[in-house]
Amino acid sequence: MIDLSLLPDGGIGWLDASGPKGSIVLSTRIRLARNLEGYVFSQRAKDADRTAVLTRVEEAGAASDLLHGAVTIHLDQLERADRQLLHERHLVSKELAALDREVRPRPGAALMVQGTVGVMVNEEDHLRLHGMRSGFALEDAYADLEALDADLGQLLPFAFHPEFGYLTSCPTNAGTGLRASVLIHLPGLVLTKEVGKVLQGLAQVGLTHRGLYGEGSEIVGNFFQLSNQTTLGKSEDELLDHLGKIVRQVIEYEEQARDVLLRTAPDEVADKTWRAYGLLKYARKLTFEETMNLLSGVRLGVGLNLIPGLSVYTLNKLMIFTQPAHLAALDGRQTGDPDLPTVRATYVRRVLEAEAA
Amino acid sequence: MLCENCKEREAVINLTQVEHDTKVTLHLCEQCAQQRGVETGATALKTPLGGFLQGMIGKGGNVLPTPADGLRCSACGSTLKDFRESGRLGCAQCYESFGSHLRDLLRRLHGSSQHVGERYIAPGSEGSNDPRLRLLDLKEQLRRAVENENFELAAELRDRIRVLE
Repeated sequence: MIDLSLLPDGGIGWLDASGPKGSIVLSTRIRLARNLEGYVFSQRAKDADRTAVLTRVEEAGAASDLLHGAVTIHLDQLERADRQLLHERHLVSKELAALDREVRPRPGAALMVQGTVGVMVNEEDHLRLHGMRSGFALEDAYADLEALDADLGQLLPFAFHPEFGYLTSCPTNAGTGLRASVLIHLPGLVLTKEVGKVLQGLAQVGLTHRGLYGEGSEIVGNFFQLSNQTTLGKSEDELLDHLGKIVRQVIEYEEQARDVLLRTAPDEVADKTWRAYGLLKYARKLTFEETMNLLSGVRLGVGLNLIPGLSVYTLNKLMIFTQPAHLAALDGRQTGDPDLPTVRATYVRRVLEAEAA
Repeated sequence: MLCENCKEREAVINLTQVEHDTKVTLHLCEQCAQQRGVETGATALKTPLGGFLQGMIGKGGNVLPTPADGLRCSACGSTLKDFRESGRLGCAQCYESFGSHLRDLLRRLHGSSQHVGERYIAPGSEGSNDPRLRLLDLKEQLRRAVENENFELAAELRDRIRVLE
């Protein structure tokens, strides 16, 4: 079993809800796609190419000022449950953790974590550098990441072209290789049925939305990841400014929607959020999806100051620790255990009782 | 300029291809360019990269083979057909090898093919002078020496690395 306490803040320091707009925006995550000159891209890489890339990156990491002493995890040496645990913490993609396949990840698949930054090695690109921050914090997340990129870029030869920019395995990432995502909670817009319009508007201004776990994942608990669609033809700052401007607007719309709800249907909103709280507190069996939906209702109530004495941090923690692999690890079970819904309900009840006490 | 192929019509397309490691640029008219599998404005959406795009947005584009399919990257050996089927390029050199095709695709994906973000200064090039590079370079040399079973050199490199570390 992997010891997650080795990771700085368990790799989830961003959960503490300390960031700007922490009750609406869970986290800000930015990644940069980079490849090494002289090595074939992942699609064509043989095992030997992949391990050669990992060796180069590990050596550079040891020499680097910012990755020195980073925790390095070789995913091909981990059991499936542990890989899923890292995925549930948003530290590795489904693809790198090989969660959609029965086989283990190929040699060379690795994760390095140091503070608020990390590197996935041998994913779709040789390197996926990422920075993660609590709340709505594009500038801080990018400052961390830019420093790491500059540091590693002096120790490793990145594939770069004067016209096309940073060269990536898929042309959809070429240029800056930058994808910034803001994980945002929009229950007000969902309840007022305005969310469709907002998401349509995003597409028109070159942004895209995804589910809780990024590309290809479903939307649960009214959580959306908003991110830039294009990576080429605009500078890093322009891409971040544009996303930031639009996200600020979406936050405003969400706040307006919540005002409307409070003004026009205060009893319904209070009822919805207290019912969700009641179910979480007294239910004896909870599926993960139901838990997420109920947490969404309670989170809305906390944001509107309807439920006193409950912190956003607790709600964030519940979101992470009620996921299957986390719950199974907590209780020493398998991820497929049929009793997980009971274990989940017990865990949620215990946390909420401790918070109220 | 007249088309270098038919020498009848105006050349409107510059086709740059990499053959046996040398760049060849041909100036072609639209018709001759199409015969060589180059996408032009009129055909772009009907041809395979358009299909690739359709596939990406989930409409299951019907990918038809074209003469350009056989275009091969001299560095990694992958073909344009490989790219169209997987959506992934084989190596950094593919961007040069399939340059004209990619430029068009990038414009459609991003609205531009010109990078305007940060300019990368490669390690060891002018403007970059990082002492840590020497150590990494020595380690790389050591790996190669071991692979080539040149153990005398390997021992010497190992000693130099120890001193630096």
